[in-house]
Amino acid sequence: MSGPLVTVRGIHKSFGDNHVLRGLDLSADAGTVSVLIGPSGSGKTTALRCLDALEVPERGTVRIGDVTVDYGASPDQRALRRLRAQSGMVFQAHHLFPHMTALENVMAGPALAQKVPREEARAQALELLGRVGLAEKADALPVQLSGGQQQRVGIARALAVRPRVLLFDEPTSALDPELVGEVLAVMKDLAGQGSTMVVVTHEIRFAQQVADQVLFLDGGVVVERGSAAQVLTDPREERTQRFLRRLTDPV
Amino acid sequence: MIDWGLIRESLWPLAVGMLAGTIPLTAIGFTAGLVLAVAVALMRLSRSRVVSGVARAYVSLIRGTPLLVQLFIIFYGLPSLGLTIPSWPTAIIAFSLNVGGYASEVVRGAILAVPRGQWEAASTVGMGYATTMRRIVLPQAARISVPGLSNTLISLVKDTSLASTILVTELLRVAQQIAAPTFQFFSLYVVAAIYYWVVCLVLSAGQARLERRLERYVSA
Repeated sequence: MSGPLVTVRGIHKSFGDNHVLRGLDLSADAGTVSVLIGPSGSGKTTALRCLDALEVPERGTVRIGDVTVDYGASPDQRALRRLRAQSGMVFQAHHLFPHMTALENVMAGPALAQKVPREEARAQALELLGRVGLAEKADALPVQLSGGQQQRVGIARALAVRPRVLLFDEPTSALDPELVGEVLAVMKDLAGQGSTMVVVTHEIRFAQQVADQVLFLDGGVVVERGSAAQVLTDPREERTQRFLRRLTDPV
Repeated sequence: MIDWGLIRESLWPLAVGMLAGTIPLTAIGFTAGLVLAVAVALMRLSRSRVVSGVARAYVSLIRGTPLLVQLFIIFYGLPSLGLTIPSWPTAIIAFSLNVGGYASEVVRGAILAVPRGQWEAASTVGMGYATTMRRIVLPQAARISVPGLSNTLISLVKDTSLASTILVTELLRVAQQIAAPTFQFFSLYVVAAIYYWVVCLVLSAGQARLERRLERYVSA
């Protein structure tokens, strides 16, 4: 496979009268971390959700690996499921299954959807929980975990389906400040191991340290795109400059 | 005058009426009704307008007509169309249909109360509609529907007394049979009422226990 692992072309998505994405393009190479930043309402979460077919846009194409979905050609559920299988999603509000233990949450995808034999799914889930530092919490229910631990289980659950790309939708925004670090540390580890990641976040320091590319979204399009150093420290676009000023100096 | 001797002699026959009539009617009617309720709830949530329309019509019919009239139509009405159903099966059919109608709305509400994020999370790990419903949504909906279904169950315990009008030998009918020749209506009916109450108290206690047990999934 040559070219980028993820390619998005001309995505348009409206919610009623609200035209959120207005011809969004982006691409991400295999093994790289892309960080999407932008003001509230800029469409970054919607863009991420279109990659996973959680939102079905009116127009545009998404290609991940060798799976392409042309949203304009009204794809059926099977096509959307195939696209969805290419990625794993980590949600802002974790959305763990509350009636299942941490281990069962991580096993859910392989054991219940992909029909991986139970013992194999279990062994793999234990290994993944170890990777996010939660091997000893395997039998805990989500309510018995801290916010940071819940989010790490969420990451392990997303990894369990062996996605080609990991999507993160503001994974630390709902956490108490002292719990943000442990989640970002796991994400850094994953990046270091060569995972392809697309991350919506407000954690500028994380972007500076980990991102291979930063995309600044505003008004439903990518306004500026470049290396972390370029976009975050030396932005060309006036809108990017204004956004970063507000973020680093909110008062 | 209260005939205490008669009351004492009636305690066991009334208990038999409860154990052999009221409780099996409730248990069978509720179990069958619950299965029906889940099916009807899923039908009402279906995207097909025909399927959800059928479910809607069923719920409307059951909720819009008195249970007593439903019993009378099946037991006294259908024979004139050539279909005779004995009293016990009639009671079971009517109670199951009744529970199915009411409980389906409780189940439907509970399914809708499961957060959307649960559906999304399930779909991102590859689950389709059926797997998500069975493994993710219904287990959570079960917890949410406990209070509502308990209401339905407790109502059913008392509604089984209507079966006395179609000659099912359950608690109330036994009380009637003892009271009629002795004119001890007050005593017998009060004892019967106490029996119903005790059953409902036990069920309420069971509900409280079940809710406490399921609570551990939502709060540490």
